[in-house]
Amino acid sequence: MSVVSLTPNNATRPLARVPSPTCHPHEAQPDTTACGSAAGHLVATHRCRVLTHHAVNARYRYLRLQADAPVALTTRPGQFYQLKCPVTENDAPFLLRPMSVYGTGPEPDTMEFLYNVTGVGTRALATLTEGASLDIVGPLGNTFTLDTQWQRVMVVARGVGLATMAPLVQRAAAAGLRLTVVMSARSEADLMRDEFLRSPEARALADVHCVFDSDGSSAVAALEPRIRALLAAAPHDAVYTCGSHRLLMLLQRVLAAHPEITGEVAMEQRMACGMGVCLSCVRLFDCDGDKQFLRVCREGPVFAIRDVVGEVDFG
Amino acid sequence: MADLSVRVGALTLRNPVMPASGCFAVEYAEALDLNRLGALVVKSVSPDARAGNPTPRVAETASGMLNSIGIPSKGLDAYRRDVLPAYTRFDTPVVVSVSADTAESFGEACETLSLPEVAAIEANISCPNLEADGMAFAMQAESTYKAVSAIRRRTSHPLWVKLTPNAGQIALIARAAEDAGADAIVMGNTVLGMAIDVRTRKPKLGNVMGGLSGPAIKPLAVRLVHQCHRAVRIPIIGCGGIETADDAVEFMLAGATAVQVGTASFRDPAVMGHIVDGLDAYCGANDVERIATLTGAVALDAQLSDRWLRFAQQSG
Repeated sequence: MSVVSLTPNNATRPLARVPSPTCHPHEAQPDTTACGSAAGHLVATHRCRVLTHHAVNARYRYLRLQADAPVALTTRPGQFYQLKCPVTENDAPFLLRPMSVYGTGPEPDTMEFLYNVTGVGTRALATLTEGASLDIVGPLGNTFTLDTQWQRVMVVARGVGLATMAPLVQRAAAAGLRLTVVMSARSEADLMRDEFLRSPEARALADVHCVFDSDGSSAVAALEPRIRALLAAAPHDAVYTCGSHRLLMLLQRVLAAHPEITGEVAMEQRMACGMGVCLSCVRLFDCDGDKQFLRVCREGPVFAIRDVVGEVDFG
Repeated sequence: MADLSVRVGALTLRNPVMPASGCFAVEYAEALDLNRLGALVVKSVSPDARAGNPTPRVAETASGMLNSIGIPSKGLDAYRRDVLPAYTRFDTPVVVSVSADTAESFGEACETLSLPEVAAIEANISCPNLEADGMAFAMQAESTYKAVSAIRRRTSHPLWVKLTPNAGQIALIARAAEDAGADAIVMGNTVLGMAIDVRTRKPKLGNVMGGLSGPAIKPLAVRLVHQCHRAVRIPIIGCGGIETADDAVEFMLAGATAVQVGTASFRDPAVMGHIVDGLDAYCGANDVERIATLTGAVALDAQLSDRWLRFAQQSG
């Protein structure tokens, strides 16, 4: 069984990426590191038009963009863009805001984001009206590993992890993989089950388990035995997570008993450049016994769950 | 097409636009043609391996950002083996930026990096000097002279010295660098700053204090470039908040021969290419045949203050 990466290979890379015969940017950097893998896409600033923008519930907003290039064809599950949020009367965001892609297509130039208004940047972003312009930079980062020959995968999502993993769920469902879906939210009102399992295929293939802070079912002590039982009940080929450090640590413990299962997490970190230049978004990983700082924007955002060094939490 | 070439000491650059160390890495080749830049300035290397500072390493401010990355380094051997080859493949001069804790180790490191494939060495003497309780070499003229002299004794490579905007009496410090044998001055670096989250009451940077960069510091940097221009004969490379061709022209008029672009690349990875295009357009629109003629060409009226004083006295 061969594990395929969702990252496009060299043949699909746009030729425009090599500016002149004397320049060899591909050879200038390793394609992979000890853990994590480099992105290897043509990165560009895209001028986009806002097609749709509305509130999904009290916490989340949905944004659909039309770009000036076929971004849907080159964007892979787990990847992100940097958004140049507008300057408003009340907010003047300076840095771009990294945001994972919630969906692409069906048109080759359209892309979707699902976000929570949490600060200056997203507050300014929320003011964009349909028809407005927005610059985005990307695609950035690596992608999840998924083998279409696999039988069943588990997805554990909370908060923004929902948006990050939605494209992975679509990809897995399209390949006919069965899904064990664990969704964690503050309360039932915050849960976005339909937004997460967007297609009829995903809804048909998913065995969904919802846990909430409001009834205590999302607490680690309650969830850990439940996830152990789910993994014991049916063989899983992979477990994915994003959005909660506690869930990540829980899965790292649980996966210790399942060396055969691939475990991946999409990490988050405060970043500036998004391209691996500024070194602000590093986190600590254990790569075969060698502890090293890796860039979430470049070697990630997707990492092996087993490699994450949990006791270091720089916030 | 105007002649955009400039001379920084013995080095001729195809245009005055280059990245600022710390805000550049070869990854930008994915967004920008590195063969269009005047030079490639690599992230600082220090002789001793260090992990860098704790996160969060970056915080947004009004028209700028604070950073406390902390110059992560794996040492000189790893730098030469694993980092440098990625940059010397391009048809653009490569400038290595060096940072060290003592004048002596500065000299040693610069000697080690005086390689044929390296076009110039930028000594980042804005970093802490362990011999002076961590105060940066470039904070004082005496320690500037000592560090630059120590480096000059060990290398005949073109030597650029990066000064700090945190120092007072910048003219004296620039002159000390010139007297000690610097071939050019890079003015300047980030401005020491701090930001606090009023809800959590925690500093916004893991390292508490950090360097402010971006348009917020541009007027300060233009002033420092102009003061250095009046004080020394060696070329000055201006740096601080440059985002557009007009910003670059402003630095050149103030006295810069070339410019470095830092934080702007974080907001648009292709921005340096836009600045090069914009400089050409500026020259075309303003009948400038050689961009080098802009250096120090700020229109100053030497008699203005005298005339104003007379006018003010007349007006009672």
